[in-house]
Amino acid sequence: MNTPDLDVDTPHTTAVTQNACKLCTPLGACLAFRGVEGCIPFLHGSQGCATYIRRYMISHFREPVDIASSNFHEESAIFGGSSNFKQGISNVLRQYQPEVIGVATTCLAETIGEDMPRLLMDFKQTDADAKLVHVSTASYRGTHLDGFHSAVRALIEQLAIANTSNQPSEHITLFPGMVSTADLRYLKEILAAFELPLTLVPDYSDTLDGSTWSQYEKLQTGGTSISAIAATGSSKASIEFGLSTAGSVLLDKFKIPNHNLPLPIGIKATDSFFEVLETISGRATPQIYAGERGRLLDSYVDGHKYIFEKRAIVYGEEDLVTSITEFLKEIGVLPVLSACGNKGWDFAKLAAAVPDLKPDFLIGNSKGYKIARALNIPLIRVGFPIHDRIGGQRILHLGYRGAQALYDRIVNALLTRKQEDSPVGYSYQ
Amino acid sequence: MIEILPGRTTQVMTKTNAATPDIACGKASLAGSVSQRACVFCGSRVVLYPIADALHLVHGPIGCAAYTWDIRGALSSGPQLHRHSFSTDLQEIDVVFGGEKKLEAGLLELIEIHKPEAAFIYSTCIVGLIGDDVAAVCKRVSNKTGIPILPVNSEGFKGTKKDGYKAACAALNTLIGTGDTNGISPYSINILGEFNLAGETWILKDYYQKIGIEVVASITGDSRIKDIRRSHGAKLNLVQCSGSMVHLARMMEQDYNIPFKRVSYFGVEDMAAALYEAATFFGDAKLLQRTQTLVQDEISVLYPKLQYYRERLEGKTAAIYVGGAFKAFSLMRALRLLGMTTAIVGSQTGDQNDYRQLQAMADPGTVILDDSNPLELAHFCLEKDVDLFIGGVKERPIAYKLGIGFCDHNHERKLPLAGFLGMLNFAKEVYSSVASPVWKLTPRRIKQYKDEKKDKDSKSVLKATNLANPHEPVSHEPVLNETSVHKTDLNEEIAA
Repeated sequence: MNTPDLDVDTPHTTAVTQNACKLCTPLGACLAFRGVEGCIPFLHGSQGCATYIRRYMISHFREPVDIASSNFHEESAIFGGSSNFKQGISNVLRQYQPEVIGVATTCLAETIGEDMPRLLMDFKQTDADAKLVHVSTASYRGTHLDGFHSAVRALIEQLAIANTSNQPSEHITLFPGMVSTADLRYLKEILAAFELPLTLVPDYSDTLDGSTWSQYEKLQTGGTSISAIAATGSSKASIEFGLSTAGSVLLDKFKIPNHNLPLPIGIKATDSFFEVLETISGRATPQIYAGERGRLLDSYVDGHKYIFEKRAIVYGEEDLVTSITEFLKEIGVLPVLSACGNKGWDFAKLAAAVPDLKPDFLIGNSKGYKIARALNIPLIRVGFPIHDRIGGQRILHLGYRGAQALYDRIVNALLTRKQEDSPVGYSYQ
Repeated sequence: MIEILPGRTTQVMTKTNAATPDIACGKASLAGSVSQRACVFCGSRVVLYPIADALHLVHGPIGCAAYTWDIRGALSSGPQLHRHSFSTDLQEIDVVFGGEKKLEAGLLELIEIHKPEAAFIYSTCIVGLIGDDVAAVCKRVSNKTGIPILPVNSEGFKGTKKDGYKAACAALNTLIGTGDTNGISPYSINILGEFNLAGETWILKDYYQKIGIEVVASITGDSRIKDIRRSHGAKLNLVQCSGSMVHLARMMEQDYNIPFKRVSYFGVEDMAAALYEAATFFGDAKLLQRTQTLVQDEISVLYPKLQYYRERLEGKTAAIYVGGAFKAFSLMRALRLLGMTTAIVGSQTGDQNDYRQLQAMADPGTVILDDSNPLELAHFCLEKDVDLFIGGVKERPIAYKLGIGFCDHNHERKLPLAGFLGMLNFAKEVYSSVASPVWKLTPRRIKQYKDEKKDKDSKSVLKATNLANPHEPVSHEPVLNETSVHKTDLNEEIAA
């Protein structure tokens, strides 16, 4: 099967971005920091950045997402924000008693050239128990996905320490990238089945998808502990997905073997992931996953005709788009356009490209809804954000089980459409 | 345990019977306090957002525009241009060399594509730092295209959300006075500070039209540039959401001698008062008569329907945390009409007069908050054991996590809550959350419901055996009709 010869990576250029298919870097950093135990994200900049990002994330996760701000005002922009920074940090320590404060510098702090090394040094000299991790996230540099990966890298660079004992370590560090809470839980389950002790950095599967409370949890329970992050410096191996570079830090600094893989979506990509796990653990893939793989393949066969050469448009973050595109190719769907926000695509350019591409469905976050509605074609909701459905944070994408869920949803969406459009309305398919 | 930060103690108070001192307000948010407020840009953006035939271009890096894309449920009866998000998406190179060229090119391109009636250019934090001359670009493009291009000085860090309201009003004021006012009725008003969320402006316009008052411009719900340009021809400004639009009303009073009155369209009393306010102002007997008839007609339909909800909500308590304090007054009154009390009330941007009025209205023991944060709100919700939280998206998870019902009274509501119809919708909204059986399963409520059930079971046994006893205490519970009794029992079965 050949993918149509389309210029999928670069749209025609316009001076402005209309209906962006990307978010700003600090959002990604905040998400990563919420996956660290006892960590509160702290944005050094205007109050609005923290509030907008909170609101955006709350609408997806449907959980409290507290993000502090140093709340710059006019004088801070002129004379520097150090006094606001210090006051802000002090108030956060007092109210939240965090173990870590994840400081991300917004475009405002970055542009005035805030002296972060000095502020961090000053903080170290205080008697505060908490640790402070800093990531530079000017929003005019990169997208939220870069902010996410940068924050994870900063955690490793600033917290990981070398193995001081003579004992060889058995644990694996996995950098999953920007995936869902269901994906994180599934990854933990898989590594446990391989009997591989795992440190997942970050892990917001509980902090951003937890239960209902009797008392208010200032910082939700869960997340990767500081000690576990420190110990990544002595991992047996590391695995990272997509554009993550944290694994290369472990390799460079501590000579830990690193495996960089695409997000494991679909059979081929998941096979590669399981091969790595087999190599590291010296075990065969556990029966439960062999079973999942078998059923997935069986369903590929059962459903192949319904989706063969159907035309799909994929959009969103690069990591997800790359892997979903490969998955679609694997099942016989034509990915007629793979659009990433960081490659110049936005929803206006997508909407303009769509009529010629004649897609049968869209696959991406909920922001593509308007295009799907205008074309009257199904939208398969994946990734972040899902603002118009319940359970967006629990969508499973990864592994055989995630592919199974995606596959069933895609086939059934197309079957539904066929059934609805049919004058006969067959009751067998 | 949650403590109030030392820097915030004067912004938190409890109403007592004795004279209480004024609350501190109107301050910049305390650094690190996790305020629910946004920034100057947010203030401007929410006010101007509903103008449907204008181009709204955010000059800055992508975040500010992305987070405000289609964020408000402000409906338009025509163009939908306001529901797009346009950004100059500044990159590092623009920050170094300036973003003016990009802004100008982008504006010309967008005007060519979308043919707007005007354009608003919002400055974000970064623009204030790199020194782009946005006003000069606006002037140039305006000369080239012939449409008004209005710079909005909304750099995020230059004040609070309230300063953003002022910047938006300043931009609007440059439009006002540029249109033809011929043919405007002597009985005419502008509706200020109404944003047509879920179509609320349409309900209000319909009322005013019915009583014989022309609405020249609604600023800014479902508004058009041409209406705003001629709005100085109206004889009276009715200002809702006083925090955002009173600045504009004052400007119009000064420049065009148009008096203004503050109104609210939430709740029965306030809605009726808003209609009478206009009718009395014009002093026409027929107008007043029509107003009376409209109010009576609406109320006679509404009250019997409200009774159903009041019977089921009587005695429940609520927390209110909203953007502008004006809304809190109306909500407290509306809750009273449903038999509910307000235990916590606060706002992001209330001023001293607002808080004095809140204090006067509140029952003793009510907690009053200015520029609060999640920890304080959660703390007081637990302390006061409220059944309902009225707020926006950022407050919703605070309520839900603690097993508290929630009513969205902010941008995202899908049901109109203004007007007489809105009061009924409000009652339904509150009831559909407070009366849900799901709370009975939540950790904070499960014990309470089990105890209540035990208590009720033992009472019903008692009742059964003492039927003939004339000293049986009279139940204060509202009489339920058959269907609802059945429903309640069913819910309890599910919970048990």
